[in-house]
Amino acid sequence: MRIALPVNDKDIKSEICPSFGRTPYFLIYDTAEKSSVFLDNLAAQSAGGAGIKAAQMLIDHCVKIIIAPRYGENAAKVLIDGDIKVYKNIAGTAEENIKAYENNQLDILADIHPGFHNHGNK
Amino acid sequence: MGTNKRIAVLSGKGGTGKTLISVNLAAADGNGYYVDCDVEEPNGHLYFKPQICEEKAVLVLIPKVNYELCTGCKDCVNFCKFNALAFGKKVILFKEICHSCGGCALVCSDKAITETEKTVGIVNIGISENVKTVGGMMNTGEASGIPIIKKILEYIKDKSGYIFIDCPPGSACIVMESIKDADYCILVAEPTIFGAHNLAMVYELVRLFDKPCGVVLNKCTDGHNPSEEFCREKGIEILVKIPFDKELGELNSNGKIAVREDYKNKELFYSLLNKVKEAVE
Repeated sequence: MRIALPVNDKDIKSEICPSFGRTPYFLIYDTAEKSSVFLDNLAAQSAGGAGIKAAQMLIDHCVKIIIAPRYGENAAKVLIDGDIKVYKNIAGTAEENIKAYENNQLDILADIHPGFHNHGNK
Repeated sequence: MGTNKRIAVLSGKGGTGKTLISVNLAAADGNGYYVDCDVEEPNGHLYFKPQICEEKAVLVLIPKVNYELCTGCKDCVNFCKFNALAFGKKVILFKEICHSCGGCALVCSDKAITETEKTVGIVNIGISENVKTVGGMMNTGEASGIPIIKKILEYIKDKSGYIFIDCPPGSACIVMESIKDADYCILVAEPTIFGAHNLAMVYELVRLFDKPCGVVLNKCTDGHNPSEEFCREKGIEILVKIPFDKELGELNSNGKIAVREDYKNKELFYSLLNKVKEAVE
């Protein structure tokens, strides 16, 4: 099972990045192999639709679980279609969050952020 | 192109006085067109209060997926530079993000994507005294106002007389579309460092488009004017200096057109109109 976390640095001890679509990197952790790789988030440079592209990238990397502080409506649509579950992170590093996930200490992230593009009035 | 002269009024930021200038020029001219290309937040109609004679919907094409034909190759997803398409178990379309380029339909080797129409806004045509008004309004949440501006400009293409185009603020795609076919550009600038910086940006844009231009220095006070300095440095013609004037501000904030009122400085707008007419004749 592959878990993705938006991170500020290419380091397992990195803090979690508050942005999903525009995080500089994703840490992808394989629970079977106990190995991690870092993915440059190409979506971060998009003029628009960064959340959609980031979600697509994670689907294409066979990710099944995401640990993040929040994600937007558009990303949610893609992640749901890709059967990806999102958990809310706790304070601490990426490594601590992975441990917390493996110990079933994380909650499903249910509330979806309406975004900062002023489309929230819909 | 008709026998018209198109005067575009633009500025690098909002609130410099584009609408003040274009509305008053159109009203001073008296029998041409006022065209509001600021389709994201049009406000020229607040001054002209036109009687609307015609309203047209603006349609664009967006993809439509035939899920039975789709084999899930993701070519369309990878092609879309606007990230309007994604694929989990099926193709997902984000209509608001789509820029109607039609590329996804072209790259789909399964012929699973066709195009279908979607309304993105309206164009309205009206009249105020003898000034014809053309404006548009983009629907909330749409990605781009450009299809609406294209429709507005298509409408005025074969019209004659003077056409005053009130542009959206800034120097992005939507402004480029608005000034593309202009015969002359009026750049409106405020007397601040920020104003001069924004003036430099639109000046660069009109240079790129090789348009003749002049500057209106708005809200002028006795103090130092960085925008004026910029004009002198670059040798750009200063068409008129409009003083920072409470009376004008008050008229404007009440939706009044200064040249149609008993305003003490309305000569400024007529002299601006004459200068611009001389420049394009």
